[in-house]
Amino acid sequence: MKIAVCIKRVPDSETRVKIAADGKSLDEAGVKFVLNPYDEFALEEALRRKEKAGTGEVVVVCLGPAVAQETIRTALSWGADRGVLLQADKIPADPFETAKVIAAELKTTSWDLILFGRMAIDDYNHQVGQLVAELLGLPCVTAVSHLDIEGTKGVAEREIEGGIEVVDFPLPAVLTADKGLNEPRLPALKGIMAAKKKPLEVKPVQVGAGVLEVVALTPPPERKEGKIVGEGAGAVAELVRLLREEAKVL
Amino acid sequence: MTTLAVLEQRDGVLRKISHEVVTAAQRLGGGVEAVVCAAGVVQGADQAAKFGADKIVTLTNPAFAKYAPEACAQALAERAKLGGHRCIVFAASATGKDLAPRVAAKLGVAVAADITDLATDGGAIVVTRPVYAGKALLKVKVAAQPAVLSLRPNVFTPVERPKAGAAETVAVTVPAGRVTVREIKAAPAGTLDVAEAQVIISGGRGLKEPANFKVLEDLARAFGGQAAVGASRAVVDAGWRAHADQVGQTGKTVSPSLYIAVGISGAIQHLAGMRTSKVIVAINKDKDAPIFKVADYGVVGDLFEIVPKLTEEIRKLHG
Repeated sequence: MKIAVCIKRVPDSETRVKIAADGKSLDEAGVKFVLNPYDEFALEEALRRKEKAGTGEVVVVCLGPAVAQETIRTALSWGADRGVLLQADKIPADPFETAKVIAAELKTTSWDLILFGRMAIDDYNHQVGQLVAELLGLPCVTAVSHLDIEGTKGVAEREIEGGIEVVDFPLPAVLTADKGLNEPRLPALKGIMAAKKKPLEVKPVQVGAGVLEVVALTPPPERKEGKIVGEGAGAVAELVRLLREEAKVL
Repeated sequence: MTTLAVLEQRDGVLRKISHEVVTAAQRLGGGVEAVVCAAGVVQGADQAAKFGADKIVTLTNPAFAKYAPEACAQALAERAKLGGHRCIVFAASATGKDLAPRVAAKLGVAVAADITDLATDGGAIVVTRPVYAGKALLKVKVAAQPAVLSLRPNVFTPVERPKAGAAETVAVTVPAGRVTVREIKAAPAGTLDVAEAQVIISGGRGLKEPANFKVLEDLARAFGGQAAVGASRAVVDAGWRAHADQVGQTGKTVSPSLYIAVGISGAIQHLAGMRTSKVIVAINKDKDAPIFKVADYGVVGDLFEIVPKLTEEIRKLHG
């Protein structure tokens, strides 16, 4: 199994967002960056597939700034074999530009599987996997929460409103991972030490600006101050009255 | 120039979220062509006229009996090119999230995804997208031709603006798909997805154990089929509830009319996922819990006394 896992360095989900002076981006001062949580499921799945096959290679590909090498090292500490950083200082707001750069890198090798997280928890674009699949002409299944593979045939489950879609697909394929696909491992000290010696290739890339232009990044509107209706079951009648008469939602 | 509004159907019935798509599309002016991929006649497709579709096109092929991502993408991209539309609008539903980027890629552009607002500024389309799970809003000018947008569910409230809705059926040829849906395992009857529910009742660690979610399910049922039960990350990670129910930055971001947070303290990543709800109610025993900071109405106390009482009151209303 030769598997590429495409990962992203993102602000931790506990981050309190502060807007930078340009009014268009996140103020990164003091922000802790992590491996995108959905990419953890993709990485874990890749490692399990390789372990099951007993042979193969898991390659981590990341588009990001120089410091994203740390994110790649994290993935290597889990057990990935090598990493490629497509180095660009700025990732554009246009995911098609991101997809083009990643597709160009992946095109040079023939993969059994190319895995992504179903979305990144910073920009919420949930599309780079599909865009890359289209650019490479590969079949694609998104938001996979269960996966079986026999030879070159795969069966994936993906959650839809009110049910689970069961999807057949052939390998090679591009899949995007959802939570529930597996339980990602905790990195062991041994892995962290080993990761330092694993190959990490840095390739500077040119990323186009694209056609989605950021006009502004603003805090969400403040919710107006709410009120404590009361304590205990005795407050329920008043709560229901307020929901009916004031909020008009009942 | 016209906008192509992509409707959704399942089992030959139009999904209600399609009304939101048409409503948003007609806000751009210039006329709306609604389009749906189906195996045959789509029940309720004519409803699109009520919300502003000038034309309703059904693209038919037997492959469309179940969701066929590759065939749909191909058919819609061809239709989009044919119409020379300025903009193509999808719902950011499970299907729309999967499909929109495939169509966009065939048109050589990306999707401005999961938008919560749109406007025109001169010739340009400007959209608002929540990022960092709603902790900030990104305003983006879409210079793509065509602009491909997907809409966060429950945000674009359907508005009736009747138009002609001239119906047209076009049989299309599509490639044999490599990715095929074998079956849909339906969720138990009556369960509604949190992303599309008008009322969400979410539970957290305060429920103490998985079996206690029954009190929330009872309350949800009292809303007569409009409510879904959600969950905090803590209880999903503990295996009490399915990930499908998780609300927050690593779950779903939701915008129901009414969100009732029960026994949820209000971690920032949870608040991010539900702060765009129209009305928020918090029920928690800790009066200092952060959830009360975003709640419109709070009740402090034992949820096991408060929720059953609330269920009783709601039942009376829906009697």
